[in-house]
Amino acid sequence: MNSNFTSKIFRLLVGVFTLALASACSLQPAPTASPSPTGPRTIRVMTHDSFSISEGVLAQFENENNTKVQFLKSGDTGTALNKAILSKDKPLADVFYGVDNTFLSRALDEGIFIPYASPRLADIPEAFKLDTQNRALPVDYGDVCLNYDRAYFTQHNLKPPQTLDDLLKAEYKGLLIEENPATSSPGLAFLLATIGVKGDPGYLDYWKGLVENDVLVVNDWETAYYTEFSGSSGKGPRPMVISYNSSPVFELIYAGTPLDEPPTVAVVDDDTCFRQIEFVGILQGGQNQDLAEKWVDFMLSTAFQEDLPMQMFVFPVNLAAKLDEAFVKYLQIPKKTASVSPQEIAANREQWLKAWTEAVLR
Amino acid sequence: MDRGRVALSRQAPYIGNVVRRSSPWLAPLGFLALFYFYPLASILQTSFARGEAGLVAPFIDVISSASMRGVLWFTLWQAALSTLLTMLFGLPGAFLLARYEFRGKSVILALTGISFVLPTLVVAAAFNAILGPRGWANLALMDLFGLIQPPIHFVNTFLAILTAHVFYNTTIVLRIVGDYWSHLDPRMGQAAQTLGADRWRTLVHVTLPLLMPAVTTAALLIFIFNFTSFGVILVLGGPRFATLEVEIYNQTIGLFNLPLAATLAMIQLVFTLCLTIAYTRFSARLSSPNTLRPRRFSQRCLTNWRSRLLASLYLTALLALLVLPLAALVTRSFLRVEPPRSGSTNWEADFTLDYYRELSVNRKESLFYTPPTTAIGVSLGYALATTCLALALGLPAAWALARDARSPASRIFDPMLMLPLGTSAVTLGLGFIVALDQPPLDLRASILLVPLAHTLVAFPFVVRSLTPSLRSIRPRLRQAAEVMGATPLQAFRHIDLPIIGRALLVAATFAFAISFGEFGATALVARPEYPTIPVMIYRYLSQPGALNYGQALALSTLLAVITALSMLAIERFRVADVGEF
Repeated sequence: MNSNFTSKIFRLLVGVFTLALASACSLQPAPTASPSPTGPRTIRVMTHDSFSISEGVLAQFENENNTKVQFLKSGDTGTALNKAILSKDKPLADVFYGVDNTFLSRALDEGIFIPYASPRLADIPEAFKLDTQNRALPVDYGDVCLNYDRAYFTQHNLKPPQTLDDLLKAEYKGLLIEENPATSSPGLAFLLATIGVKGDPGYLDYWKGLVENDVLVVNDWETAYYTEFSGSSGKGPRPMVISYNSSPVFELIYAGTPLDEPPTVAVVDDDTCFRQIEFVGILQGGQNQDLAEKWVDFMLSTAFQEDLPMQMFVFPVNLAAKLDEAFVKYLQIPKKTASVSPQEIAANREQWLKAWTEAVLR
Repeated sequence: MDRGRVALSRQAPYIGNVVRRSSPWLAPLGFLALFYFYPLASILQTSFARGEAGLVAPFIDVISSASMRGVLWFTLWQAALSTLLTMLFGLPGAFLLARYEFRGKSVILALTGISFVLPTLVVAAAFNAILGPRGWANLALMDLFGLIQPPIHFVNTFLAILTAHVFYNTTIVLRIVGDYWSHLDPRMGQAAQTLGADRWRTLVHVTLPLLMPAVTTAALLIFIFNFTSFGVILVLGGPRFATLEVEIYNQTIGLFNLPLAATLAMIQLVFTLCLTIAYTRFSARLSSPNTLRPRRFSQRCLTNWRSRLLASLYLTALLALLVLPLAALVTRSFLRVEPPRSGSTNWEADFTLDYYRELSVNRKESLFYTPPTTAIGVSLGYALATTCLALALGLPAAWALARDARSPASRIFDPMLMLPLGTSAVTLGLGFIVALDQPPLDLRASILLVPLAHTLVAFPFVVRSLTPSLRSIRPRLRQAAEVMGATPLQAFRHIDLPIIGRALLVAATFAFAISFGEFGATALVARPEYPTIPVMIYRYLSQPGALNYGQALALSTLLAVITALSMLAIERFRVADVGEF
């Protein structure tokens, strides 16, 4: 027995225990956003874990308003929204960004936002403004579209599909990967695209057709895109996947080696994509409403809007915002997307998912 | 006044006794009350309050729904089968590591620990590199037999779930059972053999019964892990499989049906509680004090060719399952794979360090860019804090449990200690938001929440890995020390601590590993300035582009290497000191 060692361990344990107690007793309340006379005020922005912003763009806002911005990332969109709803009596933040049109009704029904008619709304097309009371203001959008592997289609002399019905054709049998709408945001968007185009209950027949044509369903975008899709660097076996209209451009930008053109293509024909629009809102009961309004204005301004695509792979709703060259050259934007209103989504979500699960997975 | 004082002084020894007996429980129970029971009760109350159906109706709904019964049934039997397979696969390894001394043993043990910390998406990618549609195994078979379609279907099958559960949990058997086994007095078995028992009978009638405390402990931990399995089911099992935990997530996040989610979470808890109560009753009968011996008395060398052959065969299988997928992952992080150019069908692969270099570049000038060194530092910091906290809380609890196994306090508290492991992570995560919103405990946005959440998972592990060794200490040793005038603290320091020193290091290893690889709770806590390595891996993996995918694999490789090094460091610590208690 090495008593020297045991006494060392013993002292260590006593030390650790004291430390644990001490730290438990000195738990500081998290810094609150109270104004102090001299230093900058703090504003808290709650968001999902895909949020990103350039350092320079943020510094501009902080300097102009003598403010410090603290971001709280709270998991995926649904989780972050649930956290905002459950903390609405004592809000964690002043602003919430990131609720999209598939979750919008949940946020509005729970009354977490207060209305704010930002002057910047004038620069934004009406089609994006889904809440007439301006509790949730549109910031950006992205289209969930079919992507295909350019090399595979060239080698096999295959014409890309142009409509949802094309996907039922024999030449595309066993080629498509799709995400489970119950667990994945692009998966839900694609289900909504089929509902928008085929109606309810027509979409179920369409999905039975997809199943007969050997569609592969996986739970998450990462597995679909990196494990099963042949156009990504995961080099899977299937050449068509449900992803975003922006994915091909990012394959080009993050290729590692310079490429002449993107290795994948997004299909953006009429009635094949579903548009996800993300919103920002001022949280009810926040401490810094004046700053919160400034932050919302800032998110709708060209400075922030032009920063969006490279940071978050989504696109500006403000028409005055200019896009980078790569996007101007390679980004395909659908002219007419399938549409289902947030109210319809909220009312039917559970029933649609259940029926879809019965038709496709059982 | 006087009479009062007399009465008090008469009661004093009794009160003192009660205080002394229950004082080790204070810190662990206080911690659980504040950071587990209070948040859990708050979220359950909030959830049920949102439904108009009251408390009973949702339970009847669940029980009467065929699909929910299906989910419950699947959750139970996949966990049971996975646990059985893991035990069968791990026990020979525990024997080998316990009874034999051979070169490279600590490296092998460290390598088997890596699988325990890897995030599910990374494990899926690793398995995929071998068994996926374009994995090595499939490509080789297609090449060999001239097949057009890949012959092995692995991703999104039940087999993938089982394999992943064995992959994750084998190290628990190796460490908990292996460590206990290495201290078992070999003379018992030798005596049986002298009396004419063959090896098989010795194993069944002598060794296994003596091992039962460690075996049941490992099985219980593994079962609860599998019972609450989430990532493995989602990513490797695919959309056709759902456990309770998956269903709770879907109901909470997808459908915002909080009453139903809370009902499912309660059912999950009740099962965990019943299981733990059964375990407690069972293990109370099993555990008998026996003399644990220093390792040097129990370990032999592999001498004859038969034992060498069997050992090599087993180790090959072990490494094939636990290390080969990692090797594929590491290899892939150094390869740039390019699609076949026109006219050719061959994939081109070049060696590259680009993905590692790119980790240190903030290409997007993003505010949230984190250099890998920072992420490593943050991960290590959280893991160390978790280890210290879990040991500080788990040690007194395990000590109290072992000392008075039959006291009412132990009987009540023992099953409760396991509850955090069997609790739905998403439910508890939202519980923190609802409950911890008052100063001085407004921890909703505090970085302290990460080690606190990790400790909730690590703490039951610590208690369980320590109890079998603590219970094996003969009470007479402690009594002798106390007769000689040692205070309980001194007795603990000089009797218990040396004997459990190695189990303590096993506990520390697990606490460290649990925190180091954790993703779910870490991602829920809202401070993007301090991402851990797993959080960074998910950030890269959720974006398209070869460079992002490569960086995710490079970071996974770093995570694996640091895990192995940390485990080796803990191993060294024990060999140098308490190894020969």
